[in-house]
Amino acid sequence: MKHYEVEILDAKTKDKLCFLDKVEPNATIGEIKSMFHKSHPQWYPARQSIRLDPKGKSLKDEDVLQHLPVGTTATFYFRDLGAQISWVTVFLTEYMGPLVLYLMFYFRVPFIYAPKYDFTTSKHWVVHLACMCHSFHFAKRLLETLFVHRFSHGTMPLRNIFKNCTYYWGFAAWMAYYINHPLYTPPIYGEQQIRLALIIFLFCQIGNFSIHIALRNLRPPGSKTRKIPYPTKNPFTWIFLLVSCPNYTYELGAWFGFTLMTQCLPVAFFTLVGFIQMTVWAKGKHRSYLKEFRDYPPLRSPILPFIL
Amino acid sequence: MASSEEDGTVEEKENNNKRRTKSALATAWLTFYNIAMTAGWLVLAIAMMRFYIQKGTRKGLYRSIARTLKFFQTFALVEVGHCAFGIVKTSVIVTGVQVCSRIFMVWFITNSIRQIQNEESVILFLVVWTMTEITRYSYYTFNLLHLLPYFIKWARYNLFIILYPLGVAGELLTIYAALPFVRRSGMYSMRLPNKYNVSFDYYYCLIVFMLSYIPLFPQLFLHMLRQRRRVLHGEVIVEKDD
Repeated sequence: MKHYEVEILDAKTKDKLCFLDKVEPNATIGEIKSMFHKSHPQWYPARQSIRLDPKGKSLKDEDVLQHLPVGTTATFYFRDLGAQISWVTVFLTEYMGPLVLYLMFYFRVPFIYAPKYDFTTSKHWVVHLACMCHSFHFAKRLLETLFVHRFSHGTMPLRNIFKNCTYYWGFAAWMAYYINHPLYTPPIYGEQQIRLALIIFLFCQIGNFSIHIALRNLRPPGSKTRKIPYPTKNPFTWIFLLVSCPNYTYELGAWFGFTLMTQCLPVAFFTLVGFIQMTVWAKGKHRSYLKEFRDYPPLRSPILPFIL
Repeated sequence: MASSEEDGTVEEKENNNKRRTKSALATAWLTFYNIAMTAGWLVLAIAMMRFYIQKGTRKGLYRSIARTLKFFQTFALVEVGHCAFGIVKTSVIVTGVQVCSRIFMVWFITNSIRQIQNEESVILFLVVWTMTEITRYSYYTFNLLHLLPYFIKWARYNLFIILYPLGVAGELLTIYAALPFVRRSGMYSMRLPNKYNVSFDYYYCLIVFMLSYIPLFPQLFLHMLRQRRRVLHGEVIVEKDD
């Protein structure tokens, strides 16, 4: 069996960082990253970007050495992606915040509102309902992170956790402050509005969960395969006929329901900002589906049927 | 086949021509814009000087130039568009932040809080702004015409070292002077209870705005210093990679 030689150069300075000899032809990039990590312990595999060209795309961990367009002496370029943190850690932290913070405002913990309101409860039943819905939503997200989602990437840059937590925790505190405020005004159209809002909210929560399960089932455990999602027996997944990322569609619907339920402008802002961000993500996902699959259903829109 | 090859090159030529007319149009517009803005700020400078020479006081000076100031400062919003459409090679965010802070000062501070219009700090930032803008717009104009006199280049990349901090001082002092009037009148503010379940306190918003100068001003100032080193001394600055 012919062995390969692998040299790894810095993508920016072109310095020779590592030389590996007697590398098996069927070695994967992942294995090469582990070997590189041994000689440079500060660069654990998750923060290594190995590429064929200094300005090119990162190679995947699963890529096999002998299938790459390299000679028996392979030259790779390395770029440091910076400190990394696992997606699961980020998700758990960013979702735990809203869950805990909202409850602090709900129970009117001291130093938030005037002292005479400490540990009192709101007299409006919609405020209790809103607390249940908000808490359910984030508890669901936490459980999905632990048991449902199958992540393509293991890690993301460390600075993302600060950015993401500021966003989620900040907005949660801002909306919780007003919903649980002693001077909160319930929705104008009263029970009708709240009932409609609750139906929309629950419908979209079930829908969102159904999509997450459907996407999970597309991918066998431990794999990173990508397939076109299709409607299943579950009616909530039939929206796949019209939309590429129905998980975002349902998420938008749920927050729209929550806005209607609480009639609170900060919630409306949060819904709007989330909508913009999810549309950007949906368009990106839709574009990569179209690029990867020739037979991608033409009727589908990224996030809103026929519109967006 | 020979004919399709020709078609290919004809199409290429058409695209190149389109690109050339677009950039000629962009240059023409930018030249006009910068000449107009230089003229506008010159008019402001002259009007301010005339008022002071004739009346001998700063009382009423702001009111006399208010409309011209609002017009030319607001028109500067198009510069964000220039960056967004790529006809000017500057970051949209940097330009956006600078123009927005100017618009905020003009419309939400001096325009709406009459009691501070005669403060010295207002005169301070007005003088700084006129000097900065006349230098900046004339620099752009001469640059586009490829006729840049060295002293304009020198002025643009050196005067800011004094003008920028002075301008910030003028702006901050003005906002600080406005605070008691904002508090008393409760302007632009919304209190609970209301049907939108939100509240907004312009007073605290202004305090946050003033505090935001702390992280933002050094960054903009350092950005100008880097530009200065590059333009005047030909140093190659390597920007931080993200």
